[in-house]
Amino acid sequence: MSTTSTRSTALEKRSFTAAASDYINDRTGLAVAIKGLGRKAFPDHWSFLLGEVALFSFIVILVSGTFLTFFFQASMAEVHYDGSYVPLKGVEMSVAMASTLDISFDIRGGLFVRQMHHWAALLFVAAIGLHMLRVFFTGAFRKPREINWVFGFILFILAMAEGFTGYSLPDDLLSGNGLRIIDGMVKGMPIIGTWTSFLLFGGEFPGTDIVGRLYALHILLLPALIVALIAIHVGYVFIHKHTQFAGPGREPTNSVGPPVLPIYAAKAGGFMFIIWGVISLIAALFTINPIWNYGPYDPSPVSAGTQPDWYIGFADGALRLIPPGWEFVWLDRTWSFNILVPLIVIGGFIVTVLLYPFIEAWIKGDKREHHIADRPRNAPTRTAIGAAGVTFYAGLWAAASSDILSTHFSLTIEGVTHFLQAAVIIGPFIAYFITKRVCIALQKKDREIVLHGYESGRIVKLPGGEFIEVHQPLDEYERWRLVSYENYAPLMIRPNARGKITAGQRARAGLSRWFFEDRIAPVTKGELESSHSTHH
Amino acid sequence: MAQDDHSGTEVAAADSSHAAPEFAGSTGTAVIPHDGFENPGFEPHRPRVTDEDASRQKRAQRTVYTLFYLSILGSVWAIAAYMLFPIESNDVGAVRLNNMFVGLGATLALLGIGFGAVHWGKSLMTSPESIDIRHPIGGTEATKAGAVEVFREADEESGFSRRSVIRNSLIGALLVFPLPAVVLFRGLAPQDQMPVELLSHTMWAKGTRLALDPSGVPIKASDITVGSAFHVIPEGLNDLEHGRLEEKAKAAVLLMRLEPSELNQAPDRESWSYDGIVAYSKICTHVGCPVALYEQHTHHLLCPCHQSQFDVANHCEVIFGPAKRPLPQLPIAVDDEGYLIAQSDFTEPVGPSFWERS
Amino acid sequence: MNRSKRRTGRRSPLATVALLALGLVFTGGAYAALSTGTAAQAEVDPNSQETIEQGKKLFQANCATCHGLSAQGTDNGPSLIGVGAASVDFQVGTGRMPMQMQGPQAQQKPPQFTDEQVKQLAYYVASLGPGPDIPADHLVNGGGDAANGAELFRINCAMCHNVAGAGGALTEGKFAPPLNDVSGVHIYEAMVTGPQNMPVFNDLNISPEDKRDVITYLQYVQDNRSPGGFELGSIGPVAEGLFIWIFGLGAIVAITVWITAKSN
Repeated sequence: MSTTSTRSTALEKRSFTAAASDYINDRTGLAVAIKGLGRKAFPDHWSFLLGEVALFSFIVILVSGTFLTFFFQASMAEVHYDGSYVPLKGVEMSVAMASTLDISFDIRGGLFVRQMHHWAALLFVAAIGLHMLRVFFTGAFRKPREINWVFGFILFILAMAEGFTGYSLPDDLLSGNGLRIIDGMVKGMPIIGTWTSFLLFGGEFPGTDIVGRLYALHILLLPALIVALIAIHVGYVFIHKHTQFAGPGREPTNSVGPPVLPIYAAKAGGFMFIIWGVISLIAALFTINPIWNYGPYDPSPVSAGTQPDWYIGFADGALRLIPPGWEFVWLDRTWSFNILVPLIVIGGFIVTVLLYPFIEAWIKGDKREHHIADRPRNAPTRTAIGAAGVTFYAGLWAAASSDILSTHFSLTIEGVTHFLQAAVIIGPFIAYFITKRVCIALQKKDREIVLHGYESGRIVKLPGGEFIEVHQPLDEYERWRLVSYENYAPLMIRPNARGKITAGQRARAGLSRWFFEDRIAPVTKGELESSHSTHH
Repeated sequence: MAQDDHSGTEVAAADSSHAAPEFAGSTGTAVIPHDGFENPGFEPHRPRVTDEDASRQKRAQRTVYTLFYLSILGSVWAIAAYMLFPIESNDVGAVRLNNMFVGLGATLALLGIGFGAVHWGKSLMTSPESIDIRHPIGGTEATKAGAVEVFREADEESGFSRRSVIRNSLIGALLVFPLPAVVLFRGLAPQDQMPVELLSHTMWAKGTRLALDPSGVPIKASDITVGSAFHVIPEGLNDLEHGRLEEKAKAAVLLMRLEPSELNQAPDRESWSYDGIVAYSKICTHVGCPVALYEQHTHHLLCPCHQSQFDVANHCEVIFGPAKRPLPQLPIAVDDEGYLIAQSDFTEPVGPSFWERS
Repeated sequence: MNRSKRRTGRRSPLATVALLALGLVFTGGAYAALSTGTAAQAEVDPNSQETIEQGKKLFQANCATCHGLSAQGTDNGPSLIGVGAASVDFQVGTGRMPMQMQGPQAQQKPPQFTDEQVKQLAYYVASLGPGPDIPADHLVNGGGDAANGAELFRINCAMCHNVAGAGGALTEGKFAPPLNDVSGVHIYEAMVTGPQNMPVFNDLNISPEDKRDVITYLQYVQDNRSPGGFELGSIGPVAEGLFIWIFGLGAIVAITVWITAKSN
């Protein structure tokens, strides 16, 4: 009898939380996940949070975008505007434009949500870009993460596509001229161009179909692809575990960091709200895409300062930098190299970036898994290649604002254009050279510090009258960070089983030489001991 | 086949401090020294000021919950602002206030939670670092062998490898079945239009009057003084029931008047202008933006999109920028009432180049 | 013990300040009262001989070097016969003329003359040959149809001056200036005279009522701040992109460093 009473009192004493948890767990098996993952380690470095910036701004985009879909109408039927904004009253425009104006001027908070949506989109693509740069410069694309790099890059392209389709929806003068440019580029493509232009626009430009089609892409197809790829991308991070920088206790076979619950959840969760708050602050105070100034799209007017959103800038800049006359008629057909060359160059750039992990892996031949992130200086050639790529991209991006550069810095548009034409070609080489030398110099400095310690600022006078600065030796923890990087040597060519040296092998050896000929090896124990013995 | 070379001293990968046995793979051109440093292990734990000083900890606590309360205040403020800052009709300033105050309330609500949570994590939460063990992504040898065995059994039972005809016909069917779906998307393009035809003709025809954009009022030659730039559409464009923007996208014209002495005309086009008045297509031959920045003294015509420049005094040939072809010229004349009319359509397709253009 | 204020004859330290303030107020007030400030719209009779004489003197002292003694033009400056009062009121009233230095175009700078003097110059030049006149008040004070004005502005003006009047680049270092603090009168005069490389928009292209509508639209933009908040110069996507990278991502990266820093 006492057992039953204790059991009943025990049942009464159980808290609601415990009972609820049991109920859910019995139906979902969550306890397995929580036990396994609840204290999972998350390596902690500020640069590891950049992917989260992208993810959290994407959530803002989804939520704010959902709000907008209740009010935006993706129709190109013509209507006379009858809303609150005086300078457009009575003007004929598409329903898409009119509904965007209604969101901005006649729905309380509508403009705020619209601005949040657009600012978050700009931040989304920028964060992806910065995140990609971090992954590149720390070598986090190496095995087993090559495929994740590919998926991530595809996400970058999809994000740009989302942005482009999104800002073209209001059918305003700025984005309409952007569509006009796209149509011109499509028409310039050989063989399929004219037909593709008519396919996209449902006939002649501008037609009455394009906004509706872009809407279907923008709210249905592209977000679905992005969400699916984000799930795969984050899933991979989960399976592979995040990389970590070298440090005391950090091995290639472990992953060290604060646990998911409670610290990482607090920091990452808090960071999520902070990102949302930053976007909200910017949307509350700064105008973006003032479509009421641009007015409805019409093929006749155009605004000075017609640029796409920043992430399409590199493509617009590439178009601007082509010199005059790169088009000719041959065999009764028009070959528009002023459009093809930008497309080919940009395409080549994209493919190179996409394939880079595989190229570097082939050069190195290193088939191990890599979970320790590189410091950029310890991979000088890779870092220098990255700097050259960034310079090239930045040059194209700057070219998109050539007219604004000239008005704001009192230059001629011709001068700005000519300068940038030279800069996108010469600049990457200069950036490569400077970056590589700086990386190697920094590695040498690290070596010096390991071998001789920090300059402590204390000057001591020796008995012989000589002044020396006392160097403070590193403790073993600091030293580990500076000596634990990987070092590669150029490939030595050997004939294969048939006694031949193939062209592929030569290419590989040549590239390997380019990458690793100039290298600074990390200090070894033997080296440190011998330096101590010679000095003391 | 190339041998991956470990130039320099090397050791079996098993002993390397850089890789554990289960991660062994070819190290390629990596140089692994035999006397490299060992990982010193974890650093001693360094306590935080909030761990040691109770008053600092209390202060941190206060900061955290104050931030959370501020967040609640922010949410309330945002709702209040929604009601207190209505939008008055025709008043742009009211929209500005509404946007700003609702936005700032939302900002406070979000940042309060964010900073509060992070501060809590940084200064008050006491977790030691977690250490997870990494295992090779590919799994153990036993796992891989097991997977191979699964496939082997399934293959044996189904005969997938053996029955090559079944297999190949299945692959063929799977490759081909999506094609009808792809073909359906052809419906995005119009079924009954001839693109090259449409692109090669505009609304301009013999006798069409030049009219002002956007009013549609016809223009007399005497209206145009030297140095003017008139934006022109064909008369009748505004009356179109549909296709107005499509026609305008080909028919937009810029009308300028120069001193006849400054106008350098090709001999076969001298009749295309009228007393220094010239009409050119406004659609850029690069990728189709309106070319409309006319400088009346230099006679340069600049496109704002990619900075192509056309010289109006020299048959609009390209003098800068990525365009190639000069702007097509509209032959104009004057009718018996003094109004400017087109002599015919353009004699070449207007706007950006396309493949079939010859 | 009550101590009364010491009367030792020493001045209060504030006395110097008070004296200076009095002096400034006095001289400033006298100057304002006595000078014919440019702020005041001087009533100048366009037809009086005195106006034309004064204008001629000003012209010969300040303009003839480049434009010729009879405004017939020289190698350094074009003829002004037939440009009308509107041209002069615009060029001199905005400070573009007298031109300070040769360059791609005359720069706007603080006007060198009072409003009365500008008018005198304008009517003198108008007397040399008929040309566009200074517009009547009702055409330049707004009150027109902003929607019609906006549409005309987008078609005729925005390609150089930008849809919000933020200005834009032209060829070879020239530029179309921003319009955010240009008076209605000057806007009208610029349209009708086509200063420098700006095309001429005569009254048969854009009628006086249409010009009034354009001015109404520009004044609407000047008077009404953007509902979205700070305009970032109304430059468009370039400014927005720079802002998000420098201030948006910049702030966020700073926050990431803070979040992952070891707490002290």
